[in-house]
Amino acid sequence: MRKRLIPDIDYRVPSACGVTGIMNQKGELFSGEAIYASICNMLERGNGLGSGFVAYGIYPELKDYWCFHIMYENEKAKENTEDYLKRNFGIKHSEPIPTKKVKSLKFIPLLWRYFLGIEKNVESAEDYIIKVVMDINKEIEGAFVFSSGKNMGIFKGVGNPDEIGEFFRVPEYKGYIWVSHNRFPTNSVGWWGGAHPFGILDWSVVHNGEISSYGVNKRYLENFGYFCTLSTDTEVITYLFDLLVRRHKIAFETVGNILSAPFWSQIERIENKEERELLKTLRMVYGPALVNGPFSVIVANSSCMVGLNDRIKLRPLVAATKGDFLYISSEEAAIKIVSPQLDKVWMPRAGEPTIGKLM
Amino acid sequence: MAIPKKLREFDVVRDDEKCIRCEVCCRMCANDVHSYDAETDKVSADSAKCVGCHFCEDVCPTEALVIKRNKSQIKRNANWKNDALGNIIKQANTGGVVLIGMGNDRPIRDYFGHIVLNASQVTNPSIDPLREPMELKTFIGSKPDRIELVEKKSKIKNTTEIPPQLELETPVLFTAMSFGSISLNACKSLAKAACDFGTYWNTGEGGLHKDLYPYAHRCIVQVASGRFGVDREYLKKGAAIEIKIGQGAKPGIGGHLPGEKVSAEISSTRMIPEGTDALSPAPHHDIYSIEDLRQLIFALKEATDYKKPVGVKIAAVHNVAPIASGIVRAGADFVVIDGIRGGTGAAPQIIRDNVGIPIELAVAAVDQRLREEGIRHRASLIAAGGIKSSGDVVKAVALGADAVYIGTAALVALGCHLCQRCYTGKCNWGIATQDPYLTKRLNPEIGAKRAYNLLRGWSLEIKEMLGGMGINAIESLRGNKEQLRGVGLHEKELELLGIKHAGEAW
Ligand code: SF4
Ligand code: SF4
Repeated sequence: MRKRLIPDIDYRVPSACGVTGIMNQKGELFSGEAIYASICNMLERGNGLGSGFVAYGIYPELKDYWCFHIMYENEKAKENTEDYLKRNFGIKHSEPIPTKKVKSLKFIPLLWRYFLGIEKNVESAEDYIIKVVMDINKEIEGAFVFSSGKNMGIFKGVGNPDEIGEFFRVPEYKGYIWVSHNRFPTNSVGWWGGAHPFGILDWSVVHNGEISSYGVNKRYLENFGYFCTLSTDTEVITYLFDLLVRRHKIAFETVGNILSAPFWSQIERIENKEERELLKTLRMVYGPALVNGPFSVIVANSSCMVGLNDRIKLRPLVAATKGDFLYISSEEAAIKIVSPQLDKVWMPRAGEPTIGKLM
Repeated sequence: MAIPKKLREFDVVRDDEKCIRCEVCCRMCANDVHSYDAETDKVSADSAKCVGCHFCEDVCPTEALVIKRNKSQIKRNANWKNDALGNIIKQANTGGVVLIGMGNDRPIRDYFGHIVLNASQVTNPSIDPLREPMELKTFIGSKPDRIELVEKKSKIKNTTEIPPQLELETPVLFTAMSFGSISLNACKSLAKAACDFGTYWNTGEGGLHKDLYPYAHRCIVQVASGRFGVDREYLKKGAAIEIKIGQGAKPGIGGHLPGEKVSAEISSTRMIPEGTDALSPAPHHDIYSIEDLRQLIFALKEATDYKKPVGVKIAAVHNVAPIASGIVRAGADFVVIDGIRGGTGAAPQIIRDNVGIPIELAVAAVDQRLREEGIRHRASLIAAGGIKSSGDVVKAVALGADAVYIGTAALVALGCHLCQRCYTGKCNWGIATQDPYLTKRLNPEIGAKRAYNLLRGWSLEIKEMLGGMGINAIESLRGNKEQLRGVGLHEKELELLGIKHAGEAW
């Protein structure tokens, strides 16, 4: 079953994509209509083989519970997973993820969401969740956790963004950060889990590019207990962010200097010695975390939305602000369709993170 | 009794019409092959003495000379070849151990030759190194697995101490070759090239001659079992210290520089009496186990105030991965693995040809083991032994090395033609000799330029290959086995190398 539907688990599938994100930096909720309009203005950047959305702030009543979105290939997988969840969590609430019928969509898995409380005594809730998610995804056949944060959720599948957005009833949710992805894989992908955003904990990542340092990054992450099960670049980027930001407590500004490190020639030109030494040390210690090859990526968690390019900007990324709103997107058109009168529009430089934070 | 002298290896072929009787070959050949007879006005050759260094061929102004492998052959025999026969004849004559120079010349599988690289097409643009920055900067030394940053007055500061590092502009260093095994001019050439290019050279176990002091800031000083030339001054002068446990060409055995070669200069550099044999014992007699090694590592660190990386060099042997792991745990900042094709100034041929394993398998195994144990960052890995081209460098790095050592390749840049007779001290190229008549043939300025050119040429090629893969910094190649594919390799070999076979996608 897996073999037929899940090429992403066995192969790396290069893909080009459209990415777009909107954040209200005051944390005010707004409807999914905006992100839906934005991504649907870039249909050209996908080929109908995967798209998805992530929204933060959508489950305010259950915001203290870990929310798992899980896709199942059959009832058996659901039973096994639910047994597993019952053994490891208190289940506050569970229900099918609400969807609408969209005729063109195929291979639709069973889609469920669970609101979970950790009742065991664990050292770090986050590390526990990561372990559980990796366990389910690796060990339980036909089950795949594709969203595992609090007060946030990922919705994704194989189809164009207009179809997937309609299917998951995206415009009906309200969130303060919205990010979306439209995929153009070079292989045909029949598995819904292969669509993006990719998420773990409250991290979500959408990414346009192909990472030539994949082999290095993946092996580096194994050192820290992250095992890439999906063979996707996005998974690698997500774990790198989790490692650097959550576990090593490095600020986003500095993470940009690791993932898209400045060139030595740029570092040498910096006059302040301390700053120069810091950048040098970062490259020395975190060299294996350098992400090489073309990419533009939007990363979000409950308090931030960050856009980042590769070190020579081989993929497009544009940013804009309007009042409390920050927009990051592959194309300006995808921003303008939502907000035609912007305060400021700019092209972030290669390797320079664009950071939106909750104020 | 008719006694076989030895099997003639080469024929010196002279085109008498081209020969102008300049006698340069007669004067130059240290093996006294050529001679001129004034009576007959003929230059003739005693081919039996020729070692095939091709020096005369190169200096002959009219290209009258060609050195050819001798065609005289014994009856066809699948088991017995000329060299096996030749060695037995030599041993029957002398009753000794057959010596040889340079690296293994047997057809032991060259894995580099069975590995191919990737390049970007469409989904990922290749990068043009002529237009975009392409970075080869490499650091050798122990790294912490993370750093602690604190923010002070809106400035970010690192509070983690970073162990000492060597900073290389290209992932290629010159390997240990002692003054004694090679000439001072050869040492100078490599030392100067390393300084000019921004990489490092290595004293070998011969101490640091004072003429080399100007290049000491880019020198790795070796501490070997003989402890020649080792004192406080020596340790302080070098940029890093390398404890030599073993060498790829002769794992498990020591070294021997015969007394005749221990000239005044060598005696003062090695700190031993003139004319005495310089014997390196097989083991360090203060290292009989891993905890002893730990003591030496820390003794050397103490002696240099923890300001210099201290590494350990071992030969690639069957158990190389656990040994390397032990070395890292013993506190080494870098580990050098020298494979079975590694060169030497002198070794028993039977050892050189039969002991050790190929560097490709060793590097992959060590890198993998260190990663599995979560200690890969604690030491850098330098691969040595059989790096013949920039392609091999790229493959070694992708298999997990931080950098590579080159020895033979560097000597070839200085003129060496791999005659494998370094142990005779009669190197016509002025490299593996201390005879002033021969060493003056090697001009250190020109030698340095040639060795520099080699580093430059390889670095440009490495950049081209990286750019093709869509990579613009060498750290994104290190251990990146996704960029490698095997051709014609067995499943087990692929598994050990950790690579897929050509034809398999990501
Ligand atoms: S030993 Fe060298 S120089 Fe002498 S004859 Fe042979 S090739 Fe020529
Ligand atoms: S260094 Fe000299 S003696 Fe040794 S192999 Fe090269 S040419 Fe021959």
